[in-house]
Amino acid sequence: SNHKGEMSGTGYQGKKNIPHLTNERLVIKGGRVVNDDQSQYADVYVEDGIIKQVGENLIVPGGVKVIEANGCMVIPGGIDVNTCLHKPYLGTPPVDDFYQGTKAALAGGTTMIIDHVTPQPGESLLEAFEKWQEVADKKSCCDYSLHLDIPHWHEGVKEELEQLVQEKGINSFQVYMAYKGLFQMPDSQLYEAFSFLKELGAVVLVHAENGDLIAQEQSKILGMGITGPEGHPLSRPEELEAEAVFRAITLGNRVNCPVYITKVMSKSAADTVATARKKGSVVFGEPITASLATDGSHYWSKNWAKAAAYVTSPPLSPDPTTPDHLHSLLSCGDLQVVGSGHCAYSTSQKAIGKDNFTLIPEGTNGVEERMGFVWDKAVAMGKMDENQFVAVTSTNAAKIFNLYPRKGRIAVGSDADIVIWDPDKIKTITAKAQQSALEYNIFEGMECHGGPVYVVSQGRIVFEEGNLQVQQGTGRFISRKPFPDVAYQRIKYRNKMMCKQGVSRGMYDGPVYDVPATPKYITPAPSAKTSPTTHQPPPIRNLHQSNFSLSGAQIDDNIPRRSGHRIVAPPGGRSNITSLG
Amino acid sequence: MSYQGKKNIPKITSERLLIKGGRIVNDDQSFYADIYMEDGVIKQIGDNLIVPGGVKTIEADGKMVIPGGIDIHTHLQMPFRGTSTVDDFSQGTKAALAGGTTMIVDHVIPEPGSSLLEAFERWREWADEKACCDYALHVDITHWNDSVRQEVLSLIKEKGVNSFQVYMAFKDLYQLSNSEIYEIFTFLGEHGGIAQVHAENGEIIAEEQARMLEMGITGPEGHVLSRPEELEAEAVFRAVTIASQTNCPLYVTRVMSKSAADIISQARKKGNVVFGEPITASLGTDGTHYWSKNWAKAASFVTSPPLSPDPTTPDYLNTLLASGDLSVVGSAHCTFSVAQKAIGKDDFTQIPEGVNGAEERMSVIWDKAVVTGKMDENMFVAVTSTNAAKILNLYPRKGRIAVGSDSDLVIWDTDAVRTITAKTHHSAAEYNVFEGMELRGAPMLVVCQGKIVLEDGNLHATAGTGRFIPCSPFPDFAYKRVKARKQMAILKAVPRGMYDGPVSEFSPMSRGGTPSASARTSPTKAPVRNLHQSGFTLSGPEEAPIRAAGRRTFMPPGGRSNITSLS
Repeated sequence: SNHKGEMSGTGYQGKKNIPHLTNERLVIKGGRVVNDDQSQYADVYVEDGIIKQVGENLIVPGGVKVIEANGCMVIPGGIDVNTCLHKPYLGTPPVDDFYQGTKAALAGGTTMIIDHVTPQPGESLLEAFEKWQEVADKKSCCDYSLHLDIPHWHEGVKEELEQLVQEKGINSFQVYMAYKGLFQMPDSQLYEAFSFLKELGAVVLVHAENGDLIAQEQSKILGMGITGPEGHPLSRPEELEAEAVFRAITLGNRVNCPVYITKVMSKSAADTVATARKKGSVVFGEPITASLATDGSHYWSKNWAKAAAYVTSPPLSPDPTTPDHLHSLLSCGDLQVVGSGHCAYSTSQKAIGKDNFTLIPEGTNGVEERMGFVWDKAVAMGKMDENQFVAVTSTNAAKIFNLYPRKGRIAVGSDADIVIWDPDKIKTITAKAQQSALEYNIFEGMECHGGPVYVVSQGRIVFEEGNLQVQQGTGRFISRKPFPDVAYQRIKYRNKMMCKQGVSRGMYDGPVYDVPATPKYITPAPSAKTSPTTHQPPPIRNLHQSNFSLSGAQIDDNIPRRSGHRIVAPPGGRSNITSLG
Repeated sequence: MSYQGKKNIPKITSERLLIKGGRIVNDDQSFYADIYMEDGVIKQIGDNLIVPGGVKTIEADGKMVIPGGIDIHTHLQMPFRGTSTVDDFSQGTKAALAGGTTMIVDHVIPEPGSSLLEAFERWREWADEKACCDYALHVDITHWNDSVRQEVLSLIKEKGVNSFQVYMAFKDLYQLSNSEIYEIFTFLGEHGGIAQVHAENGEIIAEEQARMLEMGITGPEGHVLSRPEELEAEAVFRAVTIASQTNCPLYVTRVMSKSAADIISQARKKGNVVFGEPITASLGTDGTHYWSKNWAKAASFVTSPPLSPDPTTPDYLNTLLASGDLSVVGSAHCTFSVAQKAIGKDDFTQIPEGVNGAEERMSVIWDKAVVTGKMDENMFVAVTSTNAAKILNLYPRKGRIAVGSDSDLVIWDTDAVRTITAKTHHSAAEYNVFEGMELRGAPMLVVCQGKIVLEDGNLHATAGTGRFIPCSPFPDFAYKRVKARKQMAILKAVPRGMYDGPVSEFSPMSRGGTPSASARTSPTKAPVRNLHQSGFTLSGPEEAPIRAAGRRTFMPPGGRSNITSLS
């Protein structure tokens, strides 16, 4: 990034001569700066929304506002990679818009969000993007970026995707394996979408659930007379999530495209991601606040409104050991990023599905509670250290979505999105005290250890001692470039390794069974329609080279395996092709 | 003693046979005993049997006497583009008998859109005319609708078919969608059938095939390049998921790769009722031969899913077979001549698929698993006959040496060494995918229906002597667990008062559309509104305890842990 290295301890002296009266200048003293790779005691000096100096005994101009950190942790502001602050349901917007939602984010220590643009099938992606950007520019209180959801795959969408990547600063797109008849793409379309997005250097986000089977299960469950929210998890068992994750990863391996699983909600889905990573697949998994802090037993609540508040997809697992398991995988690096999946619909909106669970709008809260629960359930439990905490709450997200090191790190030149974190802070979650406009908080009554004391966003203090001072419209759209290193370095090498070659043979010149013109029986593997072989120059027939003989004697009879064949073995994916010896 | 009574009824035509001094090996134990057979049925087992005079006696000299093999997967006389595979029911069953297999189960493949029953009858006719050993039939479901549903039902109830195969590959031909497979599995689960699946992701294969051809790869190596083992593993995973959802026993035909086998063993560890069938070829050879410079040789290995180019695959599959993670061995014997294979000489997607293996099946397992110390002789019997008999619901008539069982048995010579070659094999194919392999272990004597059909290397088989053996539904081996789970899996709605709070105004016709609108399928009656029971308040009351108490929880292994762990 261009500001990195521009300033150093001594470089500051030069800048001093240019007075910036409007600057916000800030020094955080006596804190322990915690990045994903190390922790160190250092002061942090901020000017113009950028970190200018990190170190001890900094020389700073007079009259600068000083925050005493008193040994507290100073961490990069959180990045919430999964919010839906403008996603309408049947024409009604969620109750937390970009203002309300980013306020909640900041109150929880998150200084950047990446929201999902959700165009409807048939709608222009570009127009939807611009609509979202306009709303967010007006209302957002913190920096934001956008993912684009692709509701429907067709030729026309390609041009828009190209434009979004190359001109609009979008590098991540979501596809759906669920929502049959609406957003769901069949495997062949997913294959094409993955192939195209990989060429653009984008990150493919996948909503992984088997929509075909869900549709079957939904009608079965409704047929049994189960219409309440418990029908939601009953019709979407975690196996269907794991199955789709497995399939998405298979597709990613085939196409050699990075895959990012949004909303990892169950143990088996998480295990599938972890196993694939061990085999070398380039895949990332994102648990959300809800899957890390609560479970799906609440779907059986006798209070309809409460049960409905938990409805999200994939559903929360009714297995109460799920959050613990997901935290373990997050701690060891098998899962990488925590989002919130924050998508807030009021009780009266949820009640659209009061007689049919399939109509309940999906989404839970979690943008405000995200960082607190990772601390409470992973760090405070001794599963995770503070550096990994930073990694999963901001750094990894910044790397995957190509924002690093501008975001996700406390370093000279990085954006001044900083949080002073108090591990000892105790807070009881309740809808009464939250920033979100929701009536229900799915974490209601839970005690959470760890929380922000100060939050600095764009170099300004926005949260101090429990008070929020935000201004809507101050959030900037942060554009992102394609080909993030953390995902694409390996992909690029594998591309080079994956060139396949046919075997050069003499032409087969033995007898050929004469297939009747109108075959009574068709071949079991006819993809003739897709066969472009007619454009291939036919191999030159060379009778001298022909090695066919009907006697069964074979030219390579003595050579059980080919030698001198270059063996390529990238980890994972292709072991099947490459282990020729 | 019981024999004495029978002695009074002389049966001049019956074949009587005594095997003396053999070591009987079943899947559960081995013991020394003599075996007396009459009328094609085992009548006595024990020492010092009292048998009629003049009975033909075979001295086993301490050699193993095992149940005749059951090859649960063959394609004999399979029609293909106006021709058929070169091994018909006579040639194919002869090859089977020569290898120690005394029963085969062939696949009926109806053309999509045609009648399953008619196809079944056609296969019956072919087999009755020519088969030299007993046989049963699987029927493949190549399309799905209500009339197929009826036909499947009558096949189960009246025709003696209990296993049906669906295809997840062969796009636009045999491939069925996830929803259709869900319906078929549900149906089979209710009626006691075994769901067999050809597991490969046909959607992705079609894309990969187009890509290979575009790259100019048209030879047999394109077959394996366009069908990497991941696509097999993916489909197995999906099939296991669907079977688990529908509570239907699953049988994966042709397990060809390590990763597919791994998925099956993991699923079994989670409690899924799933059986995996490696075949002779995947246990005995590998996919490196697709790169052979000899087109005809390379093409002879073309089968789907393909043989894995990873040469450690056979060893791995033999290990899982020995440990019980894979259950049965078929041959998938489906042989085409070189000229037939050459239909695809310019385009690998046109090469007819299939490899030989009916004759080599038992020796390959003996050589690769028993001789190497992976598997004991009892497990050898389990994977070559007993497990197949259990899955087909033919046990203990087949797959066991016991009084009352059919006298299909084999004296197995553990010391015999054969070199496999197309010149001496019983198949009509010009190529043998095991060409040149030296295999230890072979049948010394084969008894089929009480008659000696292989002795001193000479085959005395008669076409048309094979009987159709009907298989009944609900085999215990698969269905005991399924039945128990069915009772556990009953779902109940939560009794709530009706929600009587405010409801948002919404536009049903809005461009929004509902993300999960299956309203069309909702046959629910509106619950009766009872204001007294209403649990709704806007203030967000917290009822304690948070988790539903007093809920009976069920925890069948695997399947539904997600539903059952409520406490």
